[in-house]
Order: sequence, then structure tokens, then C-alpha cells
Amino acid sequence: MSERALRVGLPILVLALVLLVWDLVVRAFAIPPYVLPGPGLVLSTLISDGGLLWHSLLVTLTTAFEGFLLAAVGGIGLAVLFSQSRLIEYSLYPYAVILQVTPIVAIAPLLLIYLPQPLAVLACAWIVAFFPVLANTTLGLSSVDHNLVALFELYKASRWQLLWNLKLPSALPQMLAGLRIAGGLSLIGAVVAEIAAGSAGAGSGLAYRIAESGYRLNIPRMFAALLLLSAAGVVIFFALSALSHLALRRWHESALKRET
Amino acid sequence: MSSSGSNIVSLRNVGKTFESGTVALDGLSLDVSDGEFVSLLGPSGCGKSTALRLIAGLNTPSAGAVEWPGGRGKIGFVFQEPTLMPWADVAANVRLPLKLAHADPAKAQAAAMQALTQVGLADFAQSYPRELSGGMKMRTSIARALVTEPQLLLMDEPFAALDEITRFKLNNDLLTLWQSLRRTVIFVTHSVFESVYLSQRIVVMTPRPSRVFADIGIPAPYPRDERFRTSADFAGYCRTVSEALGKAMGGAS
Repeated sequence: MSERALRVGLPILVLALVLLVWDLVVRAFAIPPYVLPGPGLVLSTLISDGGLLWHSLLVTLTTAFEGFLLAAVGGIGLAVLFSQSRLIEYSLYPYAVILQVTPIVAIAPLLLIYLPQPLAVLACAWIVAFFPVLANTTLGLSSVDHNLVALFELYKASRWQLLWNLKLPSALPQMLAGLRIAGGLSLIGAVVAEIAAGSAGAGSGLAYRIAESGYRLNIPRMFAALLLLSAAGVVIFFALSALSHLALRRWHESALKRET
Repeated sequence: MSSSGSNIVSLRNVGKTFESGTVALDGLSLDVSDGEFVSLLGPSGCGKSTALRLIAGLNTPSAGAVEWPGGRGKIGFVFQEPTLMPWADVAANVRLPLKLAHADPAKAQAAAMQALTQVGLADFAQSYPRELSGGMKMRTSIARALVTEPQLLLMDEPFAALDEITRFKLNNDLLTLWQSLRRTVIFVTHSVFESVYLSQRIVVMTPRPSRVFADIGIPAPYPRDERFRTSADFAGYCRTVSEALGKAMGGAS
């Protein structure tokens, strides 16, 4: 079998096995659905509650997407600013780190007090997602080939030319790596904030559905919502990986196939 | 072939001490005349690269001065590594100096193609650096240095990392280019054979403190080819230069 067929085939085989065992266990021990629903029931719930869950998914994805965009703009913008001025970097970088190391679950309730809920959820998605973009882009901007910098100097390049023609393209691989992490994290940030807001009962996102279904012991719907959430995460990851590959395929080692 | 032109650049007692306290150059004086092919020869760490960067204006001297009798003209620089932008194709890499000078894109493209033709890479304009061999990358780098039609070409051990066959080929091509374009070349190398083969004049430098130890003319006529490389004259020049280099290094220890 070819490498490619194995890479696709093996995970599918594992999935089939897990589903089979799951189904057999639920049937054999007659486990009631409010403890553990079988895969068939989860699937039928996904279809019967489809409209509701789809709407919730869109709400969460919209938040995650907005958070991601803000994180991308903020992270790259701040990194560029840092690369232009050491003073700004020294002044602000520690606070970016503090924002990152403080667990978002602990910040979310506070944000929910001060901000209207949709904005608080968005803020959480942004806080979680922006740091990897900042850190990776900063690394990329500072690891430019010194000889190329000398070359730009020799030809009297302006600051702007140096940034646009050398530093940004050179930082692109790291920047894209940061964005790829940020994509998944923005979804996590949105979910965490929705869960934290869940008890306030004003949300309609997918994480809110999970919390609500939990209170109502609607375990099949919890599973269905969870399934949608991880599917969304996987789609985001692959979309950003594809974007990264497209941008780098002509030149960067990470996107090149090794000849053997 | 004599170089009777006036001086294009003169170093006057140039010294360079880095922030770390390393004395890279100490009282280096050197005149290079217009159209000349000069090699700076010395062991690693003798400050030849620093001298080249001072001439290019990439570093400033801590003592002495770099003087340009006829005014500072355009300079091309070829680094030890090809130093290409991996995200840009060969033509875009060669166009870079003109682009940074806000040249008209169509004219820049034409100039880039001409420079690529000069180094024999016209067919690879659309290739990316990673698709090229080491020698072809270096040719691209030379084309980029030539694209602004500089009066002075500075080369910092450009062929040191290449295999011998490729290096010989590039040596020949560089000489052909130099004869057709008549630009001044300052060539840094640690290879006695390479310096003798290429240069009209070899400046042997001492390590720590770095200054000129000997200034040796190589009066062999151009064009030089493989016959020169295997001639008794060549061997004789190499012996003279080798002895000077040996004394330069012995004097330092």
C-alpha cells in the first residue's frame, strides 16, 4: 500500500474500530443514554437537532473567526511595531506574556462582568489567540539573514523597504505557524468564554449548548455538539495548513517534499 | 595589461576595533586603481572581510579614513554565501538593487536579464534559488551585484564553499566578465592559487594586527586560461606568494 493510502486509511480504520467497540459496549451492558449514548444515537441527535446545533455552531465560529482576525492583525501589527522600536518592545512585551500565562478560564468571568457578553467572548478568543501570532512573528522578524540586511543597507533601502521587501517575507513561515496555532486557540477561547458565561444563560453558542444540555442531562446532544466542535477545529486547522502550504510551497523547506 | 588609471579608492591607516574589543584592522593602507583586479590574501581572521565591509560602507572605521578620489560611485557586493531571497525567483533577486532604487520595473527587468545573460543564467530567470546548484546560486549573486553597473565590485570569498571544478569554471567566467566590463574588482580569498590565477596584484595581509605585509604584482598577461593554471610561471608566482604568506603568518605568532 502507498504511504498516502496508509495515512488516510489507518485513521479511518481506528475510527471504525472505536465506533464498533463503543456500540458493542453500550449494547452489551445496556448502558442508558443519559450515561453514555451509543454512536447511532449521537448521529441521529446530530440530525434531529441539526438546525439548533448548526445555528449555535455558526455563532461560535463567527466569534472564533473574529477573534482570529483580531489576533492576526494585533499580533502581526504589534510584532512589526516591536521590530521597529526596541523601547516599545521593552515596554509592552512583559504584559503580552502576562496576558498569555494567566489562564483564560480565570479571566473570562471578570471580562463578563465588565463587557457585554458577545464582546467578552470575543475578547477571550482574541486574548488566547493573539500571543502565538505575536511570539512567532517577532521571532521571524528578528531572524532575518544578516547578510541580506547588509545588502539592503548597501543599496540604501528605506525602513519601509527593509520591512516590506525583506523582514515580512522572511518572517512569513513563522508568522503562518503562529496563525495556525491561533486558529485552534481562538476556537478554544470562544468556547471557554461561552462556558464561563453559560450559567448567566444568555448565550447561544455551541459551548453554551453543551453546558445547557449537561444541566438537562441531554447527554446525546452534548456528544453531538462536541462532535461538531471538534470537526470545526479540525477544519480550521486544515484550512490554515493549506493556506500555509500555498504561501510557502515554492520556496520554504517546510512545504517541500524531500526527494528520496 | 597594466592598470594605469587613477585611484578609485584609498584606505589611509584604517583601523577597526569592534565593540567586543577585537582589533580587526590596525593601520591598514591600500590604494586600488581604476579597472584593477586586486586580491586581498590572508588567513581566516586577518580582517580582510572587515576591510571589504569598510570599503562598502557597511562598517565605519574606528581610525583612519576611506577616501574616494573620484567620488564614491556605485558598489556591488558579493558575499561568501549567495545571500539570495528564497521567496523570490532568480530574476526578482537580481532586480532587487534596482527595485530598492525605485527604478522603472520594465527597465529593471531588462537590466536583470542582461546581467543574467552575462553570467550564463538567462534560462533560469524564473527558477527559485532552492532549485539551483551552489555554483548557479553564486552566479545569481554576481548578476545581482552587476545589475547596477557598479564601478567597483567587492567579492568576499565568493567561491570558498564551492567544489574545485565549479570554482575553476567560475574563476574563468569572472575573468571573462572582468575583461569585457572593465570594472574594478577587490577580491578577498584565502587561496593562494585562486588569487594568483585571477589577480593583477595580490595584497598579502598579516593576522592580528592586520595590515599589509606584501604587495605582489602578477604580470602574467590576460586572457588567462587552463594553460596558465598549469604553467611554470603560475607555479613560480604561487611559490612567491606562498612564501610571503608564510612570513606574514610567522611574523604574527
